[in-house]
Amino acid sequence: MAKKLPKVDVVIVGVGWGGGIIASELTKQGLNVVGLERGKERKTEDYFMVHDELRYALRYELMQDLSKETITFRSKTSVRALPMRSYGSFLLGTGLGGAGVHWNGHTFRFLPYDFEIRSKTVERYGEKKIPADMTIQDWGITYDQLEPYFDKFERMAGISGEENPLAGKRSKPYPTPPMKKMPSMKMFEEAAKKKNWHPYMLPSANLSEAYTNPDGISRAACQYCGFCERFGCEYGAKADPVVTVIPVAQKTGKFEIRTHSQVRRILHTGNKATGVLYTDVTTGEEIEQPADIVVLTSYVFNNTRLLLLSKLGRPYDPNTGKGVIGKNYAYQVIRGGATGFFEDREFNYYAGAGALGIVLDDFNGDNFDHKDLKFIHGASISHTMTGQRPIQTNPVPQGTPSWGKDFKAASLKYINRTLSVGAQGASMPFRHHFLDLDPTYKDVFGDPLIRITFDFEEQDRQLAAFTAERCGELLQEMGASKVEVNGKLGPYDIVPYQSTHNTGGVIMGASPDTSAVNNYLQMWDAENVFVVGASAFGHNSGYNPTGTMGALSYRCAEGILKYHKSGGGMVV
Amino acid sequence: MVVLAQTNNENDQPVSRRNFLKNSGLVIGGLVVGGVAGSLLAKPKTPAPTQPGATPAPTADFNQALMYFTPEQFKVVDAACERIFPEDENGPGAKALGAAYFIDHQLAGDWGFNSRDYMQGPFYQGEATQGYQGRLKRREIFDIGIQEMNNYSNSTQKKKFYELAPEQQDEVLKAFETDEVKLTTISASAFFKMLRASTLEGVYSDPLYGGNKNMDGWKLKNYPGNQMTYSQVIEQDKFVKMAPLSLRDHQHG
Ligand SMILES: Cc1cc2nc3c(=O)[nH]c(=O)nc-3n(C[C@H](O)[C@H](O)[C@H](O)COP(=O)(O)OP(=O)(O)OC[C@H]3O[C@@H](n4cnc5c(N)ncnc54)[C@H](O)[C@@H]3O)c2cc1C
Ligand code: SF4
Repeated sequence: MAKKLPKVDVVIVGVGWGGGIIASELTKQGLNVVGLERGKERKTEDYFMVHDELRYALRYELMQDLSKETITFRSKTSVRALPMRSYGSFLLGTGLGGAGVHWNGHTFRFLPYDFEIRSKTVERYGEKKIPADMTIQDWGITYDQLEPYFDKFERMAGISGEENPLAGKRSKPYPTPPMKKMPSMKMFEEAAKKKNWHPYMLPSANLSEAYTNPDGISRAACQYCGFCERFGCEYGAKADPVVTVIPVAQKTGKFEIRTHSQVRRILHTGNKATGVLYTDVTTGEEIEQPADIVVLTSYVFNNTRLLLLSKLGRPYDPNTGKGVIGKNYAYQVIRGGATGFFEDREFNYYAGAGALGIVLDDFNGDNFDHKDLKFIHGASISHTMTGQRPIQTNPVPQGTPSWGKDFKAASLKYINRTLSVGAQGASMPFRHHFLDLDPTYKDVFGDPLIRITFDFEEQDRQLAAFTAERCGELLQEMGASKVEVNGKLGPYDIVPYQSTHNTGGVIMGASPDTSAVNNYLQMWDAENVFVVGASAFGHNSGYNPTGTMGALSYRCAEGILKYHKSGGGMVV
Repeated sequence: MVVLAQTNNENDQPVSRRNFLKNSGLVIGGLVVGGVAGSLLAKPKTPAPTQPGATPAPTADFNQALMYFTPEQFKVVDAACERIFPEDENGPGAKALGAAYFIDHQLAGDWGFNSRDYMQGPFYQGEATQGYQGRLKRREIFDIGIQEMNNYSNSTQKKKFYELAPEQQDEVLKAFETDEVKLTTISASAFFKMLRASTLEGVYSDPLYGGNKNMDGWKLKNYPGNQMTYSQVIEQDKFVKMAPLSLRDHQHG
């Protein structure tokens, strides 16, 4: 029998960006909140020895321990899914702050087009433009409705940026000015302007200057140290839940964090949750935490997995297209980029920051005409400088051997003479891309792993080829001596790192028939359960997800407060 | 040139994190983020031990001793690493940089045991896009791979791998790289990939792991290692060279 604790107002499963934002907003309003986090505690002091590429970038110091839990993957239902045994395609966060500790900090707002993607595509191109098995749908919310929450997230995090001329309207400018411009970023800017494209500085959660946010949290400016993504920031310059929202929640005295607490089930009677069951992983003890409201903030995979394990909500069935939990899993198309080699210029390539870059959206969303193209949506095109660490960065022109004398000579020559322009492509959902429970493989507790069924489609291949060409043209204009365009997208491969931008599984929408949560991220099938994360995205845009996910978290917090006040029912 | 780089060169003194934080006037306030910075500013500087008048004796590198490989295995790996990243007119190769010691030390720990990988069965052969699906751990793969390199060298040249001329060693490595060598227990090309990747790790990781001796791997690449800040470098048009700093410098500097 599990030990039963006294009931609290709200229990949160996982304390990353989602969990931290919900906790700070609810505790400020006086609710009692318990946050259960499976990993360990984190603080800035932990990063004293953080400039260690091997430990953090290649041995994944801060990421989920796959020996305990991983995902399984197959390209289609006729293939046997197998576990991702070591890290590859994406890197899962764990511990206080979750992946928000070791993210880059690229902080975008999805486009107005994204939230009404089906209507707007049909309006401009007709129904026929959408392939029969592409399951895009509107999100049940508009950009204008979400705008105040974007602003809230950006102010909390102190995002450094400048107006993007091709995006949705902003109510206020960014709270801090853009980051410093490296020479190659100026080259990108000039080249793009010559082509009549619209470059702007990448919105960054690495602070361009010291900043105090509306919660009274002060943080120092970024030092461009070059150890950002996959690392924690020793200065607290990078916005991360541990140095922003979590301390605000803790200061209220209403937030109790329990680390090393792995949630195993959501407990429910009928269609209302009564709390959660978790295991204290240090002792193995099983504990029941009753609560009036349960908030899942355990990332895309565990949000979906916990619902399926707990038999809450209607599981998605790809054969009928019915059911919603596990539906519309999507990812990101990262392959459409280009590399430029510069024979007579050396750049200070070792320096950089996680979100230092310059970007344009002329080929993102529906900002360009798709009439004669065999895909919808597009990609943001950017040049970023994260600090090229030496183990993982060994650029050589095509045709160079991958080892030996010639490799050594070329990699030393080109290390500081290579620039890349990349495209971050949108990923559309398809009927046969989904998440469910694996029938064979289990986690360390004996619970089934989540299973991904996903592959790239013709849509993705067309998109990658198209955006790679644009990247190549830009590098040409930037004066590269030699340009290599990498637009050929193979099958989805779990091995090489692409991005930790997994989306879907518990998507939001206007109707319980086609979505799992409403536009406050409240579950249609269990009114006191809220599911926060990129799991709510109906598709993935040509941007990193966290800006939009953060905005939705603020919106959800407001919904929970309304629900708490009204004492029941769906929030409208 | 930038301020920091100058400081480096003029005084031949690394900029310690503590001094950097003091001098840069970094204001870190608020609720939490004192963190590393705060605790360092508060900590009194421990005086460096000095031995006036004494000429320091060359210290032995205590790190260069085997934790996992047998001496025979080490010879094979050391020779193979050197072919992957050979000494040339640019500077030292993997051997001088200690890459094989690095690999030895890594195999002795977590990484060699795949302790943070999912190693539960059942094991099935998968598609290439599903990644490694074997039951063997990295140290076992190295054991087999090394043995097979010697076997192959023996059957083609009647010599052990490390006794071959460099060009012949390259032939053997190529045969592994392209799966021309047919192995049953492991994939020859996957072993080669692992060997290549860990050679580069040994060349370029912080010297605390036993490779990248004297930070000479970083010097080859003009890589400055662990620096406190590049704020003054970031906008510069010209390439800024700096003497590298290691994590040891960081902790003891
Ligand atoms: C290297 C890297 C770079 C990135 N860069 C960017 C970027 O530049 N821009 C961007 O927008 N996004 C980026 N991302 C993605 C970004 O980090 C995530 O979108 C974001 O952190 C997700 O927040 P979350 O709160 O939904 O989930 P997470 O941060 O993953 O937090 C979930 C938490 O739940 C905990 N948890 C999970 N299951 C359980 C359970 N059963 N019981 C208890 N606790 C549980 C986890 O331990 C974790 O702490 C990056 C990610 C990585 C890995
Ligand atoms: S690049 Fe800037 S934000 Fe990122 S870890 Fe370094 S100092 Fe922090």
